Amino acid sequence: MSIVVSAHELCCSHGEVAALEGITFEVAAGDYLGIVGPNGSGKSTLVRALLGLTPCRSGMVTLLGRPLSMFNDWQRIGYLPQNMGPLNQSFPATVAEVVQLGLLAGKKTPRRITRADRRQAEETLGLLGIDHLQRRLIGELSGGQQQRVMLARALVNRPELLVMDEPTAALDPEIRDRFYELVGQVNRQQGVTVLLVTHDTGVIGSHASRMLYLDKKLLFCGSFDDFCHSPEMAAFFGEHSQHLICHRH
Amino acid sequence: MHLTDMFYYGFIQRALLAGILIALLCAVLGMFLVLRRLSLIGDGLSHVTFGSVALALFFGLQGVSMLTVTLPVVLFSSLGIMRLSERGRLGGDAAIGIVSSLGVSLGVVLAGLGGGFNVDLFSVLFGSILAISKAEIIVAVVLSVVVLGLLLYWYHDLVALTFNEELARVTGIRTRLLKGLLAVLTALTVVLAMKLVGVMLISALLILPASTALQVARGFRVAVILSMVTAVVAVTGGSMLSFGLNLPTGATIILLSLAQFCLAFLYRHFRHSSLKPV
Repeated sequence: MSIVVSAHELCCSHGEVAALEGITFEVAAGDYLGIVGPNGSGKSTLVRALLGLTPCRSGMVTLLGRPLSMFNDWQRIGYLPQNMGPLNQSFPATVAEVVQLGLLAGKKTPRRITRADRRQAEETLGLLGIDHLQRRLIGELSGGQQQRVMLARALVNRPELLVMDEPTAALDPEIRDRFYELVGQVNRQQGVTVLLVTHDTGVIGSHASRMLYLDKKLLFCGSFDDFCHSPEMAAFFGEHSQHLICHRH
Repeated sequence: MHLTDMFYYGFIQRALLAGILIALLCAVLGMFLVLRRLSLIGDGLSHVTFGSVALALFFGLQGVSMLTVTLPVVLFSSLGIMRLSERGRLGGDAAIGIVSSLGVSLGVVLAGLGGGFNVDLFSVLFGSILAISKAEIIVAVVLSVVVLGLLLYWYHDLVALTFNEELARVTGIRTRLLKGLLAVLTALTVVLAMKLVGVMLISALLILPASTALQVARGFRVAVILSMVTAVVAVTGGSMLSFGLNLPTGATIILLSLAQFCLAFLYRHFRHSSLKPV
């Protein structure tokens, strides 16, 4: 199976403070990897470094078979950043316009939105069951609806890799569960590789195929089942806490 | 004299042509600046323009030749604001404040050294579109077309940058280059708009049409078009009113623009009130 993302000995810092130390892992095509860890553990820094948004001191990242410094096939990646919502209420774009922005990836300047692009955006909204919202202003929607729109924007290019940074942080539990189900469907039915950052270890465990536990260093990488039976994790969390995490879902 | 008779005068035709082009520029650019919370960059750069005009006058430059000083100084300052806010651990507002205070103090010192304020500096403060020369209009038309062309060329990239900078980067858009471009285009626009409404009111011309459109528009493209229509109506109507009622042109344009904003604000307010559940 082909490798979609690989990080080798990645070391990043915020000023003088180390944020990530010697992170090495690979993500195969079709994987659903949950990146978990406590606040300040470097989860967001890791995905930002993988996408070239945060420069790192040393190490190497490969995206879809190409070194990050040479990567320009951005239409093959869908990204949903942290802190998207609630969006600026005065931003006048409609839902359709926001989703169409995702189609600018892979185009050369002057980038234009074609009739085919509009159709593709409409189809993606339909796939996520929110095509009825397309003429609404993005700022008028609820947090859950906005997050679905941003997922549609990330998926509109039919990406091979979907990267999401705390996409459910502002959502209530019911909407959060539905969002995870939706991402699971995208992973299973369309074969999209998923990298999802969350601080909710127990919840993501029931959705992701693999988990990566970070605390500046890589502490665990494997399935949720392995995580629950790992003596190292039991020693790290304490057996009681590990049991609580593993039986929340 | 009938109000439409004014269109027979060559200087009015020139003023309106330049005014409409500058209005279109401010309307489009203003939309990106307002939404990126950089509205006050126009205000800061207008203060720098004041300083740069004082510098040009100090060296004895007049008319179009003043642009040889004002354009590079304002361009440099605009890029400086961007650089300061990115690298100087400052917010954009603090960077604008620093550069704008430098512009005003430099202007006042140079005006003092040059023998005090004179008529040229006064026209810089409050605009003198009706006194625009043929050479100035050629420069204004060429620069306006170039700036509008560049805005159109990078339109979707700018929309993506305005919506979310991080997402724009992961779309493959060169955001740093685009922010530099935005700074350069803002500087050019501010220098051009100085002739229309004066440095005191430039920021209003950048902020008001865009803010008016944002009250009522449903869609980004609609907002940009509405902003353009609003700005052109304000400039044409304001110029006509100022000619007919013998009022200062720049201030009349801005007052009309402000009236448009109030109407749009009230429309939005009443529309929202009528949608509230009882």
